[in-house]
Amino acid sequence: MSIPGQKPLSNLEELLEGVWKQNPVFVMVLGMCPTLAVSVSAMNAVSMGLATTFVLLGSTLLVSLLRNVIPKEVRIATYILIIATFVTVVDYLIQAISLAVYDALGAFIQLIVVNCIILGRAEAHASKNPPLKAVLNALGMGVGFTLGLFALGGVREILGAGKLFGISLFGPDFQPWVVMVLPPGGFFVLGAWLLLFNWLNSRKAAPVKPVEGHAHV
Amino acid sequence: MSESLSSIFIGTLLANNLVLAMFLGLCPFLGVSARLNTALPMGAATTFVMLVASLCAFGLNWLVTAFHLEFLRLISYIVIIASAVQLVEMVLKKYSPVLFRALGIYLPLITTNCAVLGVALFQTARDYSFAQSVTFAVAGGGGFTLALLLMAGLRERLSLASVPNVVRGTALSLMLAGLLSLAFMGFAGLGAGE
Repeated sequence: MSIPGQKPLSNLEELLEGVWKQNPVFVMVLGMCPTLAVSVSAMNAVSMGLATTFVLLGSTLLVSLLRNVIPKEVRIATYILIIATFVTVVDYLIQAISLAVYDALGAFIQLIVVNCIILGRAEAHASKNPPLKAVLNALGMGVGFTLGLFALGGVREILGAGKLFGISLFGPDFQPWVVMVLPPGGFFVLGAWLLLFNWLNSRKAAPVKPVEGHAHV
Repeated sequence: MSESLSSIFIGTLLANNLVLAMFLGLCPFLGVSARLNTALPMGAATTFVMLVASLCAFGLNWLVTAFHLEFLRLISYIVIIASAVQLVEMVLKKYSPVLFRALGIYLPLITTNCAVLGVALFQTARDYSFAQSVTFAVAGGGGFTLALLLMAGLRERLSLASVPNVVRGTALSLMLAGLLSLAFMGFAGLGAGE
């Protein structure tokens, strides 16, 4: 992240909002379709996260710049058009950079258009804030989304194939847990992550004095 | 590609169910599946939009390819889907205001239902003919409705059970969806695998 420390705190908070407090994957549970579909491996997950971040940044910047020009009645249609334009750009970009990644992600790159996070950000944030704030917020959301995808893809690749980024972790004797790379695994792993976060939150909210470093797993 | 119509139908309905095997349309799947009586109309509305979108996408794809404007494909698909949703919304508002209110925000959200755009994109990617596209769209909508109904039935029962507080909410729904998806894996091999 290239945000220097001398920025006002509010901007920094804007950035961190999406990374942790409002993480799109784990807290808001938005954009599930690409999240679950491409998180078979860590590599796919990260490329998908980066592609989404790019679209998010471009579209929020444009929406924020045009926020006073776009008529209220047709704003959703306009946002979708803007998003679709950036998705087309990213589609061709990935095709040019790495055909292997393009083939692995397939139609899901184009399906970024209907990712609720992007439209949600355009409607709820970018249309009300100046460009700098909107872009910072989008960057935070993008990073949060990529982290979330990585958490899912990493776990699924480790359990389902015994690898991370294609590097074998456990040696040749590892028996892969195949279900994890199949569709049900996606639901289970995300469910398990949400459970973990719920449990952490309920511990924090509980009146009992929380003991730091007291492993209770 | 020359898959037979019946294999496309069975394959899309069960083995490659849009929701449970390809993760399309999860937002409404988790959002509207709390009660059975809204699940069915939602499924029907989505199926209708899918059919319209698929028909239009087929025509558009031909047009876009004829003029060598492939980069406009995605944008034009989205516009078509948005208009189809608007149409369904107006029809429902006129003929069934009760249903219109029950579906609420989820009706316009069909626009951003990945399943609808997914159907249009997949039929293009797989070079389906006209009849194949229509079959694919109907089966896709049927599969979506089926998944929605199953999930709604399960969740209605589950709302009466006492589950630990930590598990309540999305985590539980996801676990349920995982189990359903596991069950649907049993259909793998039926029809055409992708």
